[in-house]
Amino acid sequence: MRDWTRQKTERATRMDAAAPFADGKVVAADNATDMLRRVIKSGDRVCLEGDNQKQADFLASCLAQVDPADIHDLHIVQSGLVLPEHLDLFRLGIAKKLDFSYSGPQSGAIARALDQGKIELGAIHTYIELFARYYVDLTPNVALIAGVCADRDGNLYTGPNTEDTPTIVEATAYKSGVVIAQVNRIVDKVPRVDIPGDQIDFVVEAPRPFYVEPLFTRDPGAVTDSQILMAMIALKGIYAEYKPKRLNHGIGFATAAIELLLPTYGEKLGLRGEVATHWALNPHPTLIPAIESGWVEQIHCFGSEVGMDRYMSARPDVYFTGKDGTLRSNRLMCQNAGLYACDMFIGSTLQIDLAGNSSTVTPDRIAGFGGAPNMGSDAHGRRHVSDAWLKAGREAAGDSGPLVRGRKLVVQMVETFGEGMKPAFVEELDSLALARKLNMELAPVMIFGDDVTHIVTEEGIANLLLCRNADDVEQAIRGVAGYTPVGLARDKAKVEALRQRGVIRRPEDLGVDPMEASRNLLAARSIRDLVTWSDGLYSPPSKFRNW
Amino acid sequence: MIPEEIVRSPSWYESSARNRIAGVLDADTFHEILGPAERVMSPHLELFDLPPAFDDGVIVGRGQLDGKPVAIIAQEGQFMGGTFAEVSGAKIVGLLRAVTAAAGTPDGVSAVLLLLDTGGVRLQEANAGELAVSETVRALLGVRAAGIPVVALVGGRAGAFGGGGIVTACCSHVVISEQGRISVTGPEVIETNKGAEEFDSRDRALVWRVTGGRSRVLLGGADSYVKGDVASFRAAAARSRNAAPPFTLETMAAEQERLEKRLSSYGDCRDTPEIWARAGLADPASVPDIDDDAFLALLSEREIKHDAR
Amino acid sequence: METFTIRAQARASLPGTGRQAIVGVVASGNLEVLLERSETGDAVVVDVTTSARGFRAVWEAVVADFIARSSPGGVRFSIHDNGARPDTVTLRLLQGVKLLETQP
Repeated sequence: MRDWTRQKTERATRMDAAAPFADGKVVAADNATDMLRRVIKSGDRVCLEGDNQKQADFLASCLAQVDPADIHDLHIVQSGLVLPEHLDLFRLGIAKKLDFSYSGPQSGAIARALDQGKIELGAIHTYIELFARYYVDLTPNVALIAGVCADRDGNLYTGPNTEDTPTIVEATAYKSGVVIAQVNRIVDKVPRVDIPGDQIDFVVEAPRPFYVEPLFTRDPGAVTDSQILMAMIALKGIYAEYKPKRLNHGIGFATAAIELLLPTYGEKLGLRGEVATHWALNPHPTLIPAIESGWVEQIHCFGSEVGMDRYMSARPDVYFTGKDGTLRSNRLMCQNAGLYACDMFIGSTLQIDLAGNSSTVTPDRIAGFGGAPNMGSDAHGRRHVSDAWLKAGREAAGDSGPLVRGRKLVVQMVETFGEGMKPAFVEELDSLALARKLNMELAPVMIFGDDVTHIVTEEGIANLLLCRNADDVEQAIRGVAGYTPVGLARDKAKVEALRQRGVIRRPEDLGVDPMEASRNLLAARSIRDLVTWSDGLYSPPSKFRNW
Repeated sequence: MIPEEIVRSPSWYESSARNRIAGVLDADTFHEILGPAERVMSPHLELFDLPPAFDDGVIVGRGQLDGKPVAIIAQEGQFMGGTFAEVSGAKIVGLLRAVTAAAGTPDGVSAVLLLLDTGGVRLQEANAGELAVSETVRALLGVRAAGIPVVALVGGRAGAFGGGGIVTACCSHVVISEQGRISVTGPEVIETNKGAEEFDSRDRALVWRVTGGRSRVLLGGADSYVKGDVASFRAAAARSRNAAPPFTLETMAAEQERLEKRLSSYGDCRDTPEIWARAGLADPASVPDIDDDAFLALLSEREIKHDAR
Repeated sequence: METFTIRAQARASLPGTGRQAIVGVVASGNLEVLLERSETGDAVVVDVTTSARGFRAVWEAVVADFIARSSPGGVRFSIHDNGARPDTVTLRLLQGVKLLETQP
């Protein structure tokens, strides 16, 4: 007869083996590696929490110390592979297979490890795809997670960076897995319970607090006139046209410029209360002036941002906060919100081809996807309507019948030339060369052209919704590609015809004067200005200060 | 509502050297000497495959401030770091010497305004640059000896480092904003030579705590503290032109005494909040974070004045 | 570095009486443009010194579009460029002619 409780038995065996290294649920830092040896078995699926912002860095270094003779062939299933220790596991032969979403700083190292056969790649996912697979076929046997503090019963306070933790723990704890949390401190009482102790098996006080990098802080001092011009074009040609109220912004400087123009240029256009009132967004410091000027009703966050904690605690009408007063973020919920509840995604990219496919892949790097493809895609399962969504759908269909569904606005902002005068518009994406080199069946594309509705450059807007065939799309893209080789190869007559049709809109067509695009339009011109706007509540990290 | 501090524009920090000159002087009174069309440029940069600037990053000339004639020198901090070099140095020295020669004549000026924005000597022209710094110091002291005050205005991106720090210290009066910095050895250079444990140049709060405007004015490295807008710099320049001390042996002896006293009082401190605590400031840790109005109130209520110079 | 001269004919000479003007700074990603009313008739001369090699065709395209747009006949433009992008170049050229047109 089949044993239907093998997983529970296996869990009990492992818990018993680990018990000598724990005092109840509490494991001393010195015993952490020994405990992991008893809890993890070769071939396990392991999630070593590596979120966009917080990582279980101490547990990662402990796991890297085990003898590969004892533990090997682990299958790592985690969203972010961002620490050197994460790669060490593969280099040392402790881990073998990898399913992930995002690599950021380790993107070069991953590409090398793949090339050398050190990593057997499962797939590169978007965040919510990987989270979804935690519940279908990539459920972790062991989850090593990170929080700010825990009590001796394992009740966990994640701090404002809750991020992926509830999603990982839910999948592991309710499928007979083992959950181990590293915390900065073990306390008598946690400020709030983000994860009940019931779902946590062990807690370890790490010798050092986990490190959080300020990823979403854009210094207004570095916003250029070109980015301001693009922001003016976007505000007039897209925000004012479609009036998207619910939206997500990317993390680049062009969208930071939009945030900083809302209280000035946006106010002049009379858009306050009409657009951008509800957000799925990380806590961007550059949004502070708009919040303080009464533009923003509500923001839900994927994660937190260094220095924003006191400000957000003081603005609970805007941000989601716990009863303790601090931010509660949640990546799964926020990604879902970006996918289904937002009318617009607007963000930057590195490369766009003639079909509007965009990619942030640079040669010899595998950075993964993170959440951008979900933010930047039209959810075909959406059924509720909004004015912005319907308008976009009707433009695309050229029709407004009862069976014409809406479209999410997916706007790509890009300067025609990037770093080192590298053209942003290309005949072929670099990711195709990468795919050929690594024999990938599907080249990594951040946002496919059929999801893109608009491309904004300093030359104007290409409205792909109004394009009726591939040639329209190509010439519309060439038409805003400026002096890049792709732009210079445009068919001038066709581009002019597209302009007459309103597919291409130049700054002058929109009534935007490039001579007015100056830093004096920014509501804040420095990080110090943001602190002033926040009434001293925002405390930027030292690297962003000039006072 | 946009906070008033932010709309008070234009900002000194963000402005170009030419726009600072336009904002400091009375409207349409500036007459440039060796302007861009004369094309007096660095002969050296081409060797390094670097584009030159028509004014070599220094603009010199004459104009009026509140109706009185002044000479003005402005470094463009965005070009090559606003450095002292052969041509730019010669323009500075030449103007200072001309001011001295004209003292007491109908061409005499009421003050020299020195708008510093420099990382120090231009590495590509190091020898000429070092000479330019020492010639500038000598010519500057000559101007002061002729009874004409030299007012330094510091608040640009590059600060006043290297030779620029030395030149600043030789002026009759130093005006600075929060973002301004004065020092001789720059943070990156200290870190390179002594390690990040000695000075972490990426810790920008530390950099400003040590070299920045508030620290300098509290310690007497600068005399006037202003908000960062161009109009505040203009007002301070006009005020301090009349407040400058005479350039005499007594002033020098008093300055020496002041500096000795400062060294003996604070020479063993490791960081500026220690100095401020010892100086009796109520909440030394908050000094960098309070807003400009609160800091100006602190300065005036404590009557922080550093005479001599 | 690369140095070249672009010569063109404008539709008309630039209005106004200003003799010379300078805009911009030779900072990274930026350029300075010195404008002098020194050419005869509607001739336009653009002297370019740029830190970025291999972009002469882009400069020629940018200058051609600019001249078609603002017709700055009689003006010599002398440029020191430190890797500015085309839109920044266009902006400085437009700022320069505006300054030259409006100054006394």
